Amino acid sequence: MSNLIQLTNGKAHISDDAWVLVKLPASQVEARKQAGKVVLFKLTGEKTVTDEQVATTAIPANGKLIVPLSVFIARKAELLSRINKNEVGVWLDTHEVLLSLIENQADLNALPIIVVHVERFADGRIFSIGTLLRTRYGFKNELRAIGDVLRDQLFFLKRSGFTSFAIRADRNAVEAMASLSDFSAPYQGAVDEAQPAFRRYNRIA
Amino acid sequence: MYKYDEIDQRIVDERVAQYRDQTRRYLAGELSEDEFRPLRLQNGLYIQRHAPMLRIAVPYGLLSSKQLRKLGDIASQYDKAYGHFSTRQNMQLNWPLLEDVPDILAELATVQMHAIQTSGNCIRNITTDQFAGVAPDEVVDPRAMAEVIRQWSTFHPEFALLPRKFKIAVSGTQHDRAVVQVHDIGMEFYLDANNQVAIKVWVGGGLGRTPILGSVIREHLEWQHALTYCEAIVRVYNLHGRRDNAYKARIKILVKALGIDEFKRQVEDEWSHLKDAPNTITEAELARVSKHFESMPYETLPQHDASFDAAIASNPAFSTWAKRSLHAHKTSGYRAVTLSLKPHGQAPGDATTEQMHIVADLADQYSFGELRVSHEQNLILADVKLSDLFAVWQKARAHGLASPNIGLLSDIICCPGGDFCSLANAKSIPIAMAIQMQFDNLDYLHDIGEIDLNISGCMNACGHHHVGHIGILGIDKDGSEWYQVSIGGNQGNDASIGSVIGPSFSADEMPHVVQKLIDVYIQERNTEERFIDTVRRLGVAPFKAHVYADKSIAKNEVAA
Ligand code: SF4
Repeated sequence: MSNLIQLTNGKAHISDDAWVLVKLPASQVEARKQAGKVVLFKLTGEKTVTDEQVATTAIPANGKLIVPLSVFIARKAELLSRINKNEVGVWLDTHEVLLSLIENQADLNALPIIVVHVERFADGRIFSIGTLLRTRYGFKNELRAIGDVLRDQLFFLKRSGFTSFAIRADRNAVEAMASLSDFSAPYQGAVDEAQPAFRRYNRIA
Repeated sequence: MYKYDEIDQRIVDERVAQYRDQTRRYLAGELSEDEFRPLRLQNGLYIQRHAPMLRIAVPYGLLSSKQLRKLGDIASQYDKAYGHFSTRQNMQLNWPLLEDVPDILAELATVQMHAIQTSGNCIRNITTDQFAGVAPDEVVDPRAMAEVIRQWSTFHPEFALLPRKFKIAVSGTQHDRAVVQVHDIGMEFYLDANNQVAIKVWVGGGLGRTPILGSVIREHLEWQHALTYCEAIVRVYNLHGRRDNAYKARIKILVKALGIDEFKRQVEDEWSHLKDAPNTITEAELARVSKHFESMPYETLPQHDASFDAAIASNPAFSTWAKRSLHAHKTSGYRAVTLSLKPHGQAPGDATTEQMHIVADLADQYSFGELRVSHEQNLILADVKLSDLFAVWQKARAHGLASPNIGLLSDIICCPGGDFCSLANAKSIPIAMAIQMQFDNLDYLHDIGEIDLNISGCMNACGHHHVGHIGILGIDKDGSEWYQVSIGGNQGNDASIGSVIGPSFSADEMPHVVQKLIDVYIQERNTEERFIDTVRRLGVAPFKAHVYADKSIAKNEVAA
């Protein structure tokens, strides 16, 4: 059974996945992914994906694809007709630079889906990335979390603008859905509800 | 103090249910150790040497008598009938059972308390001056803003899993007692040229392995923007702070790596998008929260009280205690009172269930039913009439709460250390006790005068050793416990980080090392000079020379 939770008009349900995730071939060099990117680039100038990986990534000829950010940027020409048919989405890792997506894709809403991959559930960069995509860059389509996606982060992911969640394969997605509504009246404004409690309710001292 | 409405109560109740289910799943094997860790930590539950340790939030150190009584009850029902007040103004239970924690939380929720975000890589308890609202040097009462920030930071979705812990302190006094400069964000409230409340924002301060004072990121921020500005700072940190090395993950490391100018540029850039967003604080919200912190219904009293003056004149023990334990109050005829949790020979900051109940009674009877926890790990009754002080003292003394050592050498700040904490390199409580016994002479303590002695069991610095006039740090050398000593640290407006005096010492040397430091001070001090002033005037050298005079190790070092 599918482990994908999808929000439709705020309602959660399990849904089948229409998308194929395209992955980079394994790299020879182990990249240091956990360092904050400013520090990483500032201190080392390291890239986390090699040109060779990008060039040798196998792109299936048919179907709806979610391609890695680096491949999307480098091989956009190749993908253009499929992008125009709404058949291409992009995925990025939490250590990748969101701005490079924005710079290479002026109209984000031409992408039917953006996916953020979180390698370890404790990596909270995913929440800021989701928030920025929604509030700063106006992305309106499906925003999906994949990777080490576990039940106890769902509430925060939802509040950060994510609308679908590929629960880690060894966990039960049906049970996990319950945690989307752990809290019914959060204090602060966030993506899903921009107004903080003090603007939503008439709180009296 | 702040009282919950339906919304506050619902969040706390839903938290209890959520955590109960998380605990159930953990015990059922549905959550791994690694997956459960951040969940229990964000709920203040550590797995320690002997048992779990539960840290209960005391937001900005403010408690009602009802809450303190409940803490006492919980300590007796679920623990060994005592609790430990920490330097973060929270209370810790050292021996609860993991299985009992959901029930403890449910009990806490009945008195509007919780353990949310008292640990873990998230925004922690907001701290402030223990004399907020009553201090004569207060310009802006920071408590309402502290509460507004508390609500904003509670389960903030974007900042639920930061690179590391994140501490915010607020202060609104001329003399900073909230140590804002050693916090991830420090907010100093003041009145600007237009008589409006404004904030000076510090960022990137911290103790721990790399002690550093914060830098000013903004001299003037209108109060309405406190939350959105924090969001800008924490967002830059969340995205760019290091996650590969826990020791380099605090915001201070990022600020240093980028430089304050570049960091500020990035924050201001973020903020240009966030400014005036819905999280901007409204006048109505600040007014609503401020209502909870209105002045107590004080009586109109003269500056002096004859019965108090008479007791001071006739009772030397009372007068000695009063000298150390009473603090000026903005209202005529009132004092704030520190009840000491530092009797000699006992773990600093510990209070028994009975003591908690006694203090709750005292608060009800003499201080409008409220009290505070100080970061020096004592309890405070903030609003006591002069004419009631003698009665308060008698009752406190009968229950071991009136050691007249507030601010003196034996009023030691001390973390739980190796007796309880699994991160410790060395024990800290026995060192504190040994020093207290070495200086167990009141006249002598008073002669030595004001001095802060702070002890941490490892470089996480929960005991704030860097800003102690004397700081002691437990270190591990080939598996045995050693202590590194620094002097010259200080908190407050002229905060400074202490300098290490030299090679470390074994536990049994420590009381004598402190004795020698004091000897140098007594010999060299000018009149009215405090220990810290003498250290600042003379530097570390004479202290170092005397301490190591008969240690060959120091000579070797000098020769090398
Ligand atoms: S300073 Fe170290 S030993 Fe002391 S409580 Fe903190 S982590 Fe534990």
